Amino acid sequence: MIGVGKIKQYSNVLDKPLSKGKQEVSLSAFAFLFSELVQYNQTQVDNIAELERRLEDAGYAVGARVLELLCHRDKGNRRETRLLGILSFVHSTVWKVLFGKVADSLEKGTEHEDEYMISEKELLVNRFISIPKDMGTFNCGAFVAGIVRGVLDSAGFPAVVTAHFVPMEGQQRPRTTILIKFAEEVLRREARLG
Amino acid sequence: MAAIYSLYIINKSGGLIFYKDYGSAGRMDTNDSLRVASLWHSMHAISQQLSPVAGCSGIELLEADTFDLHCFQSLTGTKFFVVCEPGTQHMEALLKVIYELYTDYVLKNPFYEMEMPIRCELFDINLSLTVQKERVALLGR
Repeated sequence: MIGVGKIKQYSNVLDKPLSKGKQEVSLSAFAFLFSELVQYNQTQVDNIAELERRLEDAGYAVGARVLELLCHRDKGNRRETRLLGILSFVHSTVWKVLFGKVADSLEKGTEHEDEYMISEKELLVNRFISIPKDMGTFNCGAFVAGIVRGVLDSAGFPAVVTAHFVPMEGQQRPRTTILIKFAEEVLRREARLG
Repeated sequence: MAAIYSLYIINKSGGLIFYKDYGSAGRMDTNDSLRVASLWHSMHAISQQLSPVAGCSGIELLEADTFDLHCFQSLTGTKFFVVCEPGTQHMEALLKVIYELYTDYVLKNPFYEMEMPIRCELFDINLSLTVQKERVALLGR
């Protein structure tokens, strides 16, 4: 028949265009899966620092892949070369895709030149988690810190990323801050680029 | 006005996993609350056997002179029951809300062991908020 479009059949799944994917995922499903991830890692380690490192490594893998996907899907295969560029990419685009909203705030550290902070009133991964008192300063947000580290590392901005609880006056629950400390070479390169 | 005296949550084997009292009337120490919880668990089970009709799901409401006891049993056998003033309205709905809080802040918490006493900060905070709202709503009517 004339004028009827034919859907292109792809013989190889790698040739199919990347779809937008499902925009909505069940929060409960994710919460249970994440809870199981934390519990599984708890059985494998002896101390809290080790547990945080494992969660971070899990996040690192996610971050590296998310960067590839978002560069292709949202940014038209352009690469960020400036510090502020990659930071605002993480703060808005990555957060929007992963958590459904942009991060609450992005700040530059006052004490050190190489420190930046992304703050959030409550991380999505921590929504249903209450840390027992005997675990001290452990934060399941280490997973999110790992994601940020994965994105930054794969984009060419090596950094040390950690998640901290920051108590706020007048609020019962502390807010969470992701602290990003860039490596020396990043700052040197940034200074050279002017 | 109508008020809530206390809230109990018992696991499927009858052990008390959560107890909170909201008034000076009937405040109990730990051992007594444990005893009362397992007593109620047994009575609930016996009532299922006593029923003349098949498929009974156990006691839902106990009315006495000075208090009412509303009980909600989930599909998994966890029981939520609240002791309140006689004639308090909407306790069934409150128990369902508390069940939802339980599934959210207790079951999704990786540090909670199943059937163990509940020690989750978020659950306590949200439970207080809910009971507070309920109290305000009851006073308003």
